[in-house]
Amino acid sequence: MSEATPPARKRAALWLWLPLALFAGFFVLVMVGLLRPADREVASAFVGKPLPTFDLRPAIPERPGLKTADFATGKPRLLNVFASWCIPCIAEAPQLDALARAGVEIDGVAIRDREEDVQRFLAQNGNPYTRIGADDLSAVQLAIGSSGVPETFVIDGQGVIRHQHIGDIRIEDMPKLLEKLREADR
Amino acid sequence: MRALLVLVAALLAAAPLAAQDLLPPAPYAYKQLDDPRQEAKAQALMETLRCLKCQSQSIADSDAPMAGDMRHQVRSRIAAGEEPEAIRQWLIERYGDYVTYTPQVRPLTLPLFAAPVLFLLVAALLLRRRFRKARKGEA
Repeated sequence: MSEATPPARKRAALWLWLPLALFAGFFVLVMVGLLRPADREVASAFVGKPLPTFDLRPAIPERPGLKTADFATGKPRLLNVFASWCIPCIAEAPQLDALARAGVEIDGVAIRDREEDVQRFLAQNGNPYTRIGADDLSAVQLAIGSSGVPETFVIDGQGVIRHQHIGDIRIEDMPKLLEKLREADR
Repeated sequence: MRALLVLVAALLAAAPLAAQDLLPPAPYAYKQLDDPRQEAKAQALMETLRCLKCQSQSIADSDAPMAGDMRHQVRSRIAAGEEPEAIRQWLIERYGDYVTYTPQVRPLTLPLFAAPVLFLLVAALLLRRRFRKARKGEA
């Protein structure tokens, strides 16, 4: 009897630590969740697929509307989802301008926007767009898996979506975007 | 004092307006379908689709303009005779499984679906052994 007790008691003592270990694990999990919140961006699952068929009326009289066939030019283009009521869109305007000046063709999709608002927005922030389609029901936005404004898609010369940039384009995002454009050209 | 109050009220009203569009909501964002059976189908689907703007809400619950546009998309597709599951798959193709609240069978979620079947099997085996032993005991 006296020989059997010590190992059993040792095992019981080990089990005693289990709740504390569980608590420590739980605590670490909560802290990680608090300090590094999960990425809340919803990436499009449509990257790698051809653009769906659409035909948008012009958002402003100064630029033509936008349809799927406009992308079959053999050259990669940017498709920029924006809106005059979107504040980060103002922040990315200088970067879009720089891209346009560097010879990148940019087409715009204006989400839920009025003609006079788009005109005012472009007068204030510059107009880098070759074409601007008006997406009043967010139909094209939904069809390409975009979940907000602004978002920028790299479309290759065959009209296939090659890359999605979520959020405003900052200066530090430019090299990657240009790289993706070059990749799409190959 | 009154001027200050007016200013505060104006600021409070202006902040949300600045980040909102001024277009009226989509035709079917807040309007039900005429056919109650179709509307019931649409409603059931909308309650299980995630609003991408307010990610803890369904598109049926959210007043975000994009959720309104998604409701319009769902209702007009149902009205055109599309099946709710086809519309769900259409959205999953674009946004991934995150857009739906109903769990999808994928390699990652397979254990979720397989576990109950497995437990039932194990339980059946255990019970069979028990009963056999009991019968032997009787004999």
